[in-house]
Amino acid sequence: MILDHLPIIQVIVPLFGALLCALTRSGKVAWVIAAIVSLLMPLVAIGLLQQVLSQGVVSYAIGGWLPPVGIEYRVDLLNVFVLLVVSIVGAVMIPFAARSVAAEIPEHKQSWFYSMYLLCMCGLLGITITGDAFNAFVFLEVSSLATYTLIALGSDRRALIASYQYLIVGTIGATFYIIGVGILLTVTGTLNMVDIADKLGDIGQTRPVLAALAFIIVGISLKLALFPLHVWLPNAYAYAPSFATSFLAATATKVAVYLFVRFVFGVFGTGIEFGSFAVADVLLVLSIFAMFGASIVAVFENNIKRALAYSSVSQIGYMTLGIALGNLTGLTGGLVHLFNHALIKGGLFMAVGAVAYRTGTARINELGGIGRRMPWTMAAFTIAGMAIIGVPGTVGFISKYLLAVASFEQGYWWLPFLIVLSSLIAVLYIGRIVEVAWFREPTGAVATATEAPLSMLIPIWILALACVLFGLDTEFSAGLAERAAAFMMGAGG
Amino acid sequence: MELAAKIVAHYNQWITIFLMVAGLYVVVARGNMIKKLIGLSLFQTSVYLLYLSPGKVLGGTPPIVDPAFEVYSNPLPHVLILTAIVVGVATLALGLGLVVRINEVYGTIEEDEIIGKGEGE
Repeated sequence: MILDHLPIIQVIVPLFGALLCALTRSGKVAWVIAAIVSLLMPLVAIGLLQQVLSQGVVSYAIGGWLPPVGIEYRVDLLNVFVLLVVSIVGAVMIPFAARSVAAEIPEHKQSWFYSMYLLCMCGLLGITITGDAFNAFVFLEVSSLATYTLIALGSDRRALIASYQYLIVGTIGATFYIIGVGILLTVTGTLNMVDIADKLGDIGQTRPVLAALAFIIVGISLKLALFPLHVWLPNAYAYAPSFATSFLAATATKVAVYLFVRFVFGVFGTGIEFGSFAVADVLLVLSIFAMFGASIVAVFENNIKRALAYSSVSQIGYMTLGIALGNLTGLTGGLVHLFNHALIKGGLFMAVGAVAYRTGTARINELGGIGRRMPWTMAAFTIAGMAIIGVPGTVGFISKYLLAVASFEQGYWWLPFLIVLSSLIAVLYIGRIVEVAWFREPTGAVATATEAPLSMLIPIWILALACVLFGLDTEFSAGLAERAAAFMMGAGG
Repeated sequence: MELAAKIVAHYNQWITIFLMVAGLYVVVARGNMIKKLIGLSLFQTSVYLLYLSPGKVLGGTPPIVDPAFEVYSNPLPHVLILTAIVVGVATLALGLGLVVRINEVYGTIEEDEIIGKGEGE
């Protein structure tokens, strides 16, 4: 009985959890609520995965109103993959939050912080699970508004400016998206994604459909921080509380990438063949710019959180590169990187958060020798750093290998060289941090720092080990991603 | 002449486009954070019109089932826009709240003055 309602449980439990958190005045109680919800979510997602694997697409009619009239929650191979990423990341990270949030957020605001965290998670899971284009907009705004608040709770006053700028850009992005959906509604008379796709198959490539496509692509690109629409991201990640940064970096942009794939291949794929118009070419060029431009900025950045944020922009470039290549291997590579990057960046940002927790700073020039005082934290950082470079045996290698293969398949023989070259820039910005951490004498605040507490070390190490595990055994990550990609290509072709 | 007739016939779309572009222009061109939010609100409002105006079916009555009428206007856009208005209000409220905090902390809400305060690292 309850198994039939898993899709709605996935969304409604964080929603009510957020409400409960808002009603408590104690940060500790709020953390317990957030922890229970976060640990429950992967179980629901795994339950959904089993249903999808055994019986195919799971369709859930909200309130018993059948689609296309009612709102449909539709779980298929693609979005169950993203649901797993978001919910597992949340579950792994929540123990980290206890100490980090207690140290960074004033006591009376902690319960609000957890409330916003759960709302953000509710929004992200909602965007992923819904099969209704307008419902996705509502969840997009739920998660965005919660995100603005999370960022503004950062202790640095620049967090307020970062949050404000993200609010402006994020709202413009969401409004572009809703303009596109509005045009689609006028053309097709429906909001259900599958139904839109069916009707677009008959309508084909008319001018309003192309306009809708353009609006939706630009809108989502703002959300996923596609170069050059990424300017909001570095400040937002740099000044948000450590836990918020770790969670958002691992999930928020990934969900936007998912929505992008859903629209490009799932909704528009029936009427317009991807690659038959300029979007794929533009996306390819922008992805390459992101891979290089953002990485180069990261090399010269002094604040580690900002450097990692720029690194995120460049890593998003790899995901969109996979989408732009438009073949099965490319999409698989993009989706695997979505999963892999969530592990890597989650681990890296949590490690930096742990360092900031002990030393109160995230600037490279003040952190000389931190590896000697916090060896376990920085060892995990180094492993995850190697994964982002793409060292064989780590998850980063898998994604880049698939992308390189996809480039050859597509006839872009020069592209693998660019992928390797941009990875070398990653060697620079990760290597610089690793060098300072291990080969300098500890001074200043670092000299008295001690190893991070276990509640932080364990989540960091789970993700760091996962970076290696899924680099060696790709059965789960790449296997599932390939099936999801094949499913989407099949739906589009 | 034919073109002019087309333009007039779709006057609702032209108003939508004007509001949209005007709102976006204010967001980009103004440095005052409150004015930016006003522009953003205008931009969002244009979308309401984009949705609502095609919902009116010419000759249609309000969608209340009655044997005397056969053509009804489409009620769906109104429901959607009710939601979008709520979202817009929430965004504006949060934005204004942030501006209040920024004013408390920085003592100004002019973007160039805040950037001029030597915030670079």
